[in-house]
Amino acid sequence: MPVRYIHVILDNERELLLKAWGSTQAEEGLIRRDLFTEREARTQTEMLYDALSKGVKASVETDLLDPDAECWDDMRAALADVTRERTKRGVSTAEMAAFVLALKYPLFERLRTTVDDSNGKVLIDAVNQFTRLIDSVSLYTTELCISERDKTIRRQQEEMMELASPVVELWDRIVAVPLVGTLDSMRAQEVMENTLSAIVDKKADIVIIDITGVLTVDTQVAQHLIRTAAAVRLMGAEAIISGISPRIAQTMVQLGVDTGEIRTRSSLRMALADAFRQLDTDVISRIAK
Amino acid sequence: MDALGAKVIRKTRLVTAVSEIFRNGLIYGGGALVLIHCHNATRTVWIDCCDDGPGIEDMALALSDGYTSGSGLGRGLGGAKRLADAFEVLSEPGIGTQVRLAGRA
Amino acid sequence: MVDEIMLVAIDENINDSDIVALQDRLAEEVHANNAQGIVIDISALEIVDTFVGRIIAQLAGIGVLMDAPTYLVGMRPAVAMTLVELGMTLPAVKTARNLQHAVTRLRASR
Ligand SMILES: Nc1ncnc2c1ncn2[C@@H]1O[C@H](COP(=O)(O)OP(=O)(O)O)[C@@H](O)[C@H]1O
Ligand SMILES: [Mg+2]
Repeated sequence: MPVRYIHVILDNERELLLKAWGSTQAEEGLIRRDLFTEREARTQTEMLYDALSKGVKASVETDLLDPDAECWDDMRAALADVTRERTKRGVSTAEMAAFVLALKYPLFERLRTTVDDSNGKVLIDAVNQFTRLIDSVSLYTTELCISERDKTIRRQQEEMMELASPVVELWDRIVAVPLVGTLDSMRAQEVMENTLSAIVDKKADIVIIDITGVLTVDTQVAQHLIRTAAAVRLMGAEAIISGISPRIAQTMVQLGVDTGEIRTRSSLRMALADAFRQLDTDVISRIAK
Repeated sequence: MDALGAKVIRKTRLVTAVSEIFRNGLIYGGGALVLIHCHNATRTVWIDCCDDGPGIEDMALALSDGYTSGSGLGRGLGGAKRLADAFEVLSEPGIGTQVRLAGRA
Repeated sequence: MVDEIMLVAIDENINDSDIVALQDRLAEEVHANNAQGIVIDISALEIVDTFVGRIIAQLAGIGVLMDAPTYLVGMRPAVAMTLVELGMTLPAVKTARNLQHAVTRLRASR
């Protein structure tokens, strides 16, 4: 019974409700003329309205607005389209949720004037069900916004990860891995993978891991460096760790880190000189005349 | 894992871990049964390795690096735990041992 | 055998008993051929667990005892990472990137 009322109202008063939805949006400052033309905003509103109306119509039989039911698939699809379009242009998650919620009050107004007063229970049921429906729709758009954002964050993380652990070929058979920032275990894993594949790809005999740009070296970071050096050696190349500042040297000793067999140098420059010596490469500098 | 499009390193880690566990099942458990289950939704491969051997008396000791009751290196169990993305041992002295491990693609 | 250097290429499909048998054969071969150096190529191995790792270390140990410096070559990146995670860094084993690299080092050390 209650759903039938909502269906009738949505069906009969489309124009009026669309207009009212539009004005509630306007009152709450959700129109964003800066981002959308009036026409675009109207198309989106209509699209959602019609999808909603279709879902309600399909629910008349069961007399229950179950937002999880199959008949709301179209609604979910329409919402996904609109949400994606709006967030892409810079609409916030909260605005997007409010955009959906703004349909509630105009519809309640219409319900009140349509259902006669003696039928209080029907009215309350209708309000309850519709509230539940619209709330879950607005929750769904929030979820969509968040998952879009998560995707962006994940993509950026991956890009940063690649940016943050490049392997550069310095010379024949010498590569350097300049590390910058913090070295968590995920990045450490990435660094190790990149370093080891560079030994194969670049035919490197010497890998200089430069930690000048690493903010702090704790036991874990030191452990990662030692393990990377061990893996480099297993592959038949040699690792030199450079850029160990006095402060980091001090911490490493205090932490009792056993750098054992690893070669360390204070600067990338020293490490490179070392590598040249080892590979019997002479670099002669000439002063320009 | 190939079907899940796993990177070489992920594959190598899991297969090595399984190799350690299976070998233990053969050597200490007197033969082992391996079940492999591929969970596509989470892109995870689950592996169960069961034997009806003597079981493990002291789990913490068996897991510690360097302990072996035989002539191994004693790095298999602890190493497999580090290599797998999920790891669990159930063992009952006199009944047998079941190791369950998983690797994400 | 090239130039008194013995090459041991481990096959991709090698099984546990083969690799144990290889251990038995190595000493004899080194002796019979008067090998001055050994190169063990494991580029075909996709997986090296602690059992195989230990045998490789022992092969190298045999070489060293018989006065034939032994190099391990061709370890794949994923294998190296995994071995390190297992705590097997093979500190006593000499390594080189590939056969040629190992031969150069062997000649230089003579
Ligand atoms: N399936 C098993 N059944 C009984 N004992 C086991 C089993 N797996 C491992 N263990 C015990 O745990 C010890 C450590 O195992 P592991 O770390 O693999 O080292 P290793 O195989 O070199 O001995 C073994 O020596 C053995 O005593
Ligand atoms: Mg073992």
